[in-house]
Amino acid sequence: MNKLMNNSMSKKRILVVGNGMVGHRFIDTLIKADEKDNYSLRTFSEEPLLAYDRVQLTQYFNGKTKQDLALTDSDYYHQHGVDFILNDKVTRIEAGSKKVITASGREAYYDKLVLATGSYPFVPPIPGKDQAHCLVYRTLDDLDAIRLSAKKSKVGVVIGGGLLGLEAANALKSLGMETHVVEFAPRLMAVQLDDGGAALLRRKIEALGVGVHTEKATTEIIKGEDCRYRLNFTDDTYVETDMLVFSAGIRPQDELARQSGLDLGQRGGIVINDQCQTSDPDIYAIGECALWQQRIFGLVAPGYAMAKVAAAHILGQEAAFTGADMSTKLKLLGVDVASIGDAHGKTSGAQSYTYHDEIEQVYKRLIVSSDNKKILGAVLVGDVSAYSHLLQLMLNNMTLPENPASLILPNSGAGAATGAGLESLPDLAQICSCFDVSKACIKQAVAEGNTSLSELKSCTKASTGCGGCSALVKQLLDSELLALGHDVDNNLCEHFAYTRPELVDIVRIKKVKTFDGLLKSHGSGLGCEICKPTVGSILASFWNEYVLEEPHMGLQDTNDRYLGNMQKDGTYSVVPRIAGGEITPDKLIFIGEIAKEFDLYTKITGGQRIDLFGAQLHELPIIWRKLVDAGFETGQAYGKSVRTVKACVGETWCRFGINDSLGFAIDIEDRYKGLRAPNKLKFAVSGCTRECAEAQSKDVGMIATENGWNLYVGGNGGMRPRHGDLFATNLDDKTLIQYIDRFLMFYIRSAEKGQRTSVWLESLEGGLEYLKQVIIDDKLGLAQELETEMAYSISQYQCEWKTTLDNPEKLKRFQHFINSKQSDPHLIYEIEREQRKPSNNDQRIKILEVAD
Amino acid sequence: MKKWISVCLQHDLNSGAGICALLGDEQVAVFQCRQTQALYAVSNYDPIGKANVISRGIMGSIKEEAVVSSPLYKQHFNLSNGLCLQEPDRQLKTYPIRLHGREVQLAYG
Repeated sequence: MNKLMNNSMSKKRILVVGNGMVGHRFIDTLIKADEKDNYSLRTFSEEPLLAYDRVQLTQYFNGKTKQDLALTDSDYYHQHGVDFILNDKVTRIEAGSKKVITASGREAYYDKLVLATGSYPFVPPIPGKDQAHCLVYRTLDDLDAIRLSAKKSKVGVVIGGGLLGLEAANALKSLGMETHVVEFAPRLMAVQLDDGGAALLRRKIEALGVGVHTEKATTEIIKGEDCRYRLNFTDDTYVETDMLVFSAGIRPQDELARQSGLDLGQRGGIVINDQCQTSDPDIYAIGECALWQQRIFGLVAPGYAMAKVAAAHILGQEAAFTGADMSTKLKLLGVDVASIGDAHGKTSGAQSYTYHDEIEQVYKRLIVSSDNKKILGAVLVGDVSAYSHLLQLMLNNMTLPENPASLILPNSGAGAATGAGLESLPDLAQICSCFDVSKACIKQAVAEGNTSLSELKSCTKASTGCGGCSALVKQLLDSELLALGHDVDNNLCEHFAYTRPELVDIVRIKKVKTFDGLLKSHGSGLGCEICKPTVGSILASFWNEYVLEEPHMGLQDTNDRYLGNMQKDGTYSVVPRIAGGEITPDKLIFIGEIAKEFDLYTKITGGQRIDLFGAQLHELPIIWRKLVDAGFETGQAYGKSVRTVKACVGETWCRFGINDSLGFAIDIEDRYKGLRAPNKLKFAVSGCTRECAEAQSKDVGMIATENGWNLYVGGNGGMRPRHGDLFATNLDDKTLIQYIDRFLMFYIRSAEKGQRTSVWLESLEGGLEYLKQVIIDDKLGLAQELETEMAYSISQYQCEWKTTLDNPEKLKRFQHFINSKQSDPHLIYEIEREQRKPSNNDQRIKILEVAD
Repeated sequence: MKKWISVCLQHDLNSGAGICALLGDEQVAVFQCRQTQALYAVSNYDPIGKANVISRGIMGSIKEEAVVSSPLYKQHFNLSNGLCLQEPDRQLKTYPIRLHGREVQLAYG
């Protein structure tokens, strides 16, 4: 510490008052500028925690913890030499001697002072407002107070129907209270929405059971009859409530500046210039406490922009704050709402297009310039898919298409919702406002090889803030990849200059049996987490050797390596196979007893089986020993392999069933279990066209008909739902299985890395027709080969858990430490809905992260 | 003077898959490359995924550098100096490691 202080004598001392989102962003910007040698950083916060994500505050009631919401941690600040003092409010600035003084009497000198004091909730001067259970909604402490109050309350009222008020209402609702919103204005979200949009929002919110009371001014809060309080309104009506939350807007936290004689606006706010300097040039103000051109910006993006400008200016760079777009998109009480630019059409000559679908409950209004060429603003409720596109059109002052209405009409073909027209966005267009990422920046990152969304996000930070631009970022990524076209490097990774299908051919034809062999003959380097599992999977598809054999073990992803699915805390889940979802009561009880014995969190999966979570490495073999002895097999939920065959109960019990779907499903699951593929494979069998097993959403789906089976392929649920294509009709059992054998092997041979059958089928040249020619007509003369390969793979099946249990050498690995019987000492759990879950407490793991 | 402590046999690392060793009260992820036979020891704690899992990641190379990829979120860590390739301000602690006869030994860094 002494060293730090001595060093800092020669450095410029930068002091930041307030460690909220904007204050932290400022600090982070300076950290990233890497000017440690020239500046020392110190921050004071009156809150007990370092910066957290206030935008996501509601999530605190939906299971997110303080740690989840944290934007930084003490380690990070320590590591970058940022000195911080929490729980101590700066109460005075002595600008003459360049010193601040805190509530506890601490004094600190500065060369540059940055005020990021934020705002406080405005509480209207209503008599009775200061009683217990009358709260505000701003900080995590406020939320703790609300949660505490909710425990003793049945009804809650939010005063204020603006953006924050509705978020607060959502919080009350998620705490299980009967919730009401009281708004002074005639409509909800009066700033962002027009009458039409607000009316629909109101309708939707009321449908959720939230009471909405507009045009109500509260005169007093008195003792209630049915509830704790009664709010009397000016129109002689009232509501009763047990608690209330004021969310009637924010006021800049400018008290410190006021006492220090800095210039303030008439209605508050610390006056700043374009460089974010206050009337004292060595004192800056950023975020919600700052007043720029008579405006307070109550959103985080403009605050971030100010942080960037102030940091640049202090570092001696040219920068100016030029205002900020206040467009916003969010989900309020589950309702999608967006507002862009001049949402009220106040610009002179503004005209508008309105689309209002009362059936689907969608409202869209587009405000355009008098010459119908430019977007001025928009209001979207119920469907905000056009948001990014419209926002970009406005921000970049782009000329509208011939018929601007097409931008808000559903399926108009104009592509508003699908993002077509991205090419026309100028390179300077800002895609992510939280991190100021431009289109050019994203294009460059893609060109440099960040070809997956996660790579792109971690490289550019785009859409890692509020996430509002994530769809747009994905679209840009896709269009850039497409535009790069043949330039796209199809090589699996830097170690193999081959595509996956090419590697499959090499493995098959040259009968390569190990990764080491393939790397030597066709690759370079040491391999990586891309090529190792991919090649491991190919070897397993064709030779189906035990995946934990010495040459294969190092290739497997952790899930395959430990034959379980790794969870967030490093423990694993256990999924026994329950073919077709059919299970005897005894076996069900047995699973229950295992779960009880090992205190495993238990959940039914979408694939009609049971997932047991929270098993530690050393427990896995004990659990599986019991399961295997009781007649269970591995469910291979950990592998990119055949998962489940979902089935309805079929003709055995169902009045409508016309075939034994369940018996057939069990046969199919037995046949293909253990098959490894480019990605997971899901099947389903329905006993009639009612389709209760949802076969059309599976990779392979079968539906019974009067004359046999209809076969569907390439269906998918999940992230990218797709209905399977009808491949063949009225098949008998034998032909059906023949087709499935061929289909699966053809897919395994020709799919790219990680492709599900749906994506593979869509990218297959010639599409479904070609696939039929290959599988049904045997156009390539491959049918026999494919069936033989499948037969071989099936013949090599083994329950990987059974094999492992019989192998003491392998079991050695199922222990957290190689040299100790201890288990991982850092696992901590808490109870939720009567079961345990990993604790998110920041104390869960406290360990040295950095080498000295 | 470094104090070397045996944690496992070289044989335990043959498959190229890592193991986790307890060194005092520190968790150390230990790897041996199948191609080069080089040994590596880094902290087992994944500072991004916040769990003790690095030993269960896949090792490999990125542009000549030996790396391990976190089994949770796949970031790469340089096995020689512990630096995270994706988030350079994250770093795993590294430990001295050697082969002593058939035994793999670690020392405090």
